[in-house]
Amino acid sequence: MNKTTSWFNVTSLVFGFAFLYVPILILVVYSFNASKLVTVWGGFSARWYVELVHDQAIIDAAWVTIRVGILSASFATVLGTMAALVLDRYSKFHGRALFSGMVYAPLVMPEVITGLSLLLLFVAAGFDRGFWSVVIAHTTLTMCFVAVVVQSRLITFDRSLEEAALDLGCPPVKTFFLITLPLILPGVVAGWMLAFTLSLDDLVIASFNTGPGATTLPIKIYSMVRLGVTPEINAISTILISVIAVGVIVASVLSHRSEVEREKAERAVFLAG
Amino acid sequence: MAERWTQAMRPFLAKWALVAIPYLWSFLFFLAPFLIIFKISLSQTAIAMPPYTPVINTLGEFWSKLSDFSFDNYIFLTEDPLYYSAYLSSLRIALVSTVLLLIVGYPIAYGMARAPKSVRNALVMAVILPFWTSFLIRVYAWIGILKPEGLITIALQGLGILGPGEQIHVYNTETAVFIGIVYSYLPFMVLPLYAALEKLDATLLEAAADLGCPPTKSFWVITFPLSLPGVIAGCFLCFIPIVGEFVIPDLLGGSETLMIGKTLWAEFFNNRDWPVSSAVAVVLLIILVVPIVIFQNQQKKV
Amino acid sequence: MIEAVGPIKRKFAPWDDPTAKPFIRFENVTKRFGDFTAVDNLTLDIYEREFFALLGPSGCGKTTLMRMLAGFEPPTEGRILLDGKDLSGIPPYKRPVNMMFQSYALFPHMTVEGNIAFGLKQEGMDTAQINTRVAEMLELVKLGKFAKRKPHQLSGGQRQRVALARSLAKRPKVLLLDEPLGALDKKLREETQFELMDIQVELGTTFLIVTHDQEEAMTVSDRIAVMNHGVIAQIGTASEIYEQPASRYVADFVGDINLIDGTVSAVEDGVATLRCAGVDATIVAETGTGEVAVGAEAGFAIRPEKVQITLEAPPAGTPNVLSGEVWDIGYLGDISVYRVRLAGGSIVKATVANLTRIVERPITWEDKVFLTWPADAGVILLK
Repeated sequence: MNKTTSWFNVTSLVFGFAFLYVPILILVVYSFNASKLVTVWGGFSARWYVELVHDQAIIDAAWVTIRVGILSASFATVLGTMAALVLDRYSKFHGRALFSGMVYAPLVMPEVITGLSLLLLFVAAGFDRGFWSVVIAHTTLTMCFVAVVVQSRLITFDRSLEEAALDLGCPPVKTFFLITLPLILPGVVAGWMLAFTLSLDDLVIASFNTGPGATTLPIKIYSMVRLGVTPEINAISTILISVIAVGVIVASVLSHRSEVEREKAERAVFLAG
Repeated sequence: MAERWTQAMRPFLAKWALVAIPYLWSFLFFLAPFLIIFKISLSQTAIAMPPYTPVINTLGEFWSKLSDFSFDNYIFLTEDPLYYSAYLSSLRIALVSTVLLLIVGYPIAYGMARAPKSVRNALVMAVILPFWTSFLIRVYAWIGILKPEGLITIALQGLGILGPGEQIHVYNTETAVFIGIVYSYLPFMVLPLYAALEKLDATLLEAAADLGCPPTKSFWVITFPLSLPGVIAGCFLCFIPIVGEFVIPDLLGGSETLMIGKTLWAEFFNNRDWPVSSAVAVVLLIILVVPIVIFQNQQKKV
Repeated sequence: MIEAVGPIKRKFAPWDDPTAKPFIRFENVTKRFGDFTAVDNLTLDIYEREFFALLGPSGCGKTTLMRMLAGFEPPTEGRILLDGKDLSGIPPYKRPVNMMFQSYALFPHMTVEGNIAFGLKQEGMDTAQINTRVAEMLELVKLGKFAKRKPHQLSGGQRQRVALARSLAKRPKVLLLDEPLGALDKKLREETQFELMDIQVELGTTFLIVTHDQEEAMTVSDRIAVMNHGVIAQIGTASEIYEQPASRYVADFVGDINLIDGTVSAVEDGVATLRCAGVDATIVAETGTGEVAVGAEAGFAIRPEKVQITLEAPPAGTPNVLSGEVWDIGYLGDISVYRVRLAGGSIVKATVANLTRIVERPITWEDKVFLTWPADAGVILLK
């Protein structure tokens, strides 16, 4: 690599990451603005956070969102892991093409379509819209993401480990829980986290499928944004961003550390001959 | 390989359940709704709740009422220029945004792939992190920046580029929509590009240089062609959902920007015309079927 | 590593005993994957306490044969018997057979102990017994110090031993070894081969090894089956296969061989005369077990180390003489390989042990040389 290209690389990285992070940074900074006007700096204050704590509607919405997130992410993880196993293991069965189509399509399907069509299903089936319809909708959307994440983990999984367990007398289902699952667990956990944040994040599908008493945080934020920009929204956003950022960073540091330790051990063995 | 595993996993019940459970779920909650949406798009509008008169309820009725099917909703779509201009405008905005994303994303992905190995994972993490934070919040962040009395105006006034009374008018225009889309979808473009570029064997470029190819030329004859799978994946991953995008045009585009996602939303939530919104969705789906199928075939090859 | 081999260096040849009962029997076994026939109507008997090798190139069906015995693949046709019992329909986790995998397949999330104990736990053995057995196995493979380590903290050779210990822990009736030493370097592989033999003698378990390495097969096993395209080309002891290959394929696959084509001109008392027009020579050789008829097209196969190379012409009337000139000399340290070009243009190899340090080679490039061998040095292979 000569100097000009690496100068170019550094520049594009700096600008790229500035573009990604500066807006978020501004958002966070203005959540501590004492002024009610979002764009005029009126000194440092945490008053919007205090107001937030007293806003029962927001607290309720947050609580609904977390419950929807945990439930739908857990269902999606089970279903998505199963789908990934099927796609990875069964090369031919009737309807495999349809199955893989149904798994990958929601990844790119515009949310307005998925949201509207699910709503019409609930109406046609006479299913009351509310908390559970949102959970089902989010499970359907996020299981596809889980399937993709888990599948990428399964590709690198050495199948002879399962055969070894069977060979040593362990029945298939037990083999899955003793050998396969522990080894693909990082992928499964990453899938759960992705599903949870996607659920936390979703506005469109939730808007279509929600009902009385099931207002999620994004729906609440959206209606607030429609009424105008207020520092209170910045405050909620900051809390959401910090929670997710901390979670993601901790998870990735933990998995990175275990990998580094493993590598170190391997190097030590190599050096010891 | 698969056969081997199937054989080893002898209890067929377990295997059957493994396939059937996610299959049924996807079928019931992903595929079946499309059939319903298609059915409702062929019904008449009514004021009742649900606001439509169903045309078919049972299979027997299906045949007897076959003649009752009304394509009125579809004809309505062609009669009102609002709809087809919204489709066209969505496709145009998606196309332009995808090209912009490629132009912005490629140098970033290239820079990441050429960065020292030790920092690469951190860079990937840094690209993914904003993706984990709320889409809505990220779009919201731009409102404060782009508003006429927002931060850009303040900054430009501070620099003396704008006079004290002057303002920047980007908010509620298509430009704001482009900025919002590029910002929100950037990780979807950068990650597949990075995956393709990172796999690229550096000795290929050395071989090209050894054979007398200057760096700029070797980018176009070696690097770029070999990164094409990433380019294609990234473009589809962005283009398809952008066509149906709702949040960004709604929050940043104002009344001036026409996009089909917004139209559908308004038709559904404001006009409460379910059959027409279903017809809008069906047409959108038909437009997107081709790119979605291409995308899936591409995915299978990877 | 393992102390001197047990008391018996046995004369062990149950396959020559017509009353001996086979322990493992493949009976007309065929395995097809779609259009591809991996194993083709194969019948094979293996005896108790035998160390049996399946040898062949990749894709010859040897691994498939082993996987059918382990229970990972069902035969398309035919059946497999173990100790007189039909194994059809018995899943791998219920077969008294254990396998050592080529990749070792050690469970990365379990310690060495955990790996070795895994199979015993599945049996429902009580903890005290498990601990005793694990300690015993660790002792057997000399890994006592490493019991608490995880597989990634071990070297390749140590992992190989853990895999061996794990597959032996359940005291299987048969141990299957799938290219067990493939991942080790040459030195370690040779050492380990002898250890494997010692362990097998000590435990008396029947071992079935799959390998593509002929030296490995010849070193460790009592008998070898050479496989090709899903069928057995030859079964025999290492020396039988090497000295009396049954076909050109076996002769060529195992070791190095010279093949000279000709026509049988006379057969008398088990000795055939072969007229080889291509090299303008007459070769006299034992017919071996095959039916050799006058006029048949046949090939004469001889190992390079059985060919003597001389500068002086042998006395007139000596049978089996070829003449040519030295084309190439390969010096391999312990031996030298001479590639001699005959009058017709074909090449015959002769190897000579380097018994002394060669300061000056007596035979060098472009020398005119004579190649001779006794009548029983090679075999005749029919086409």
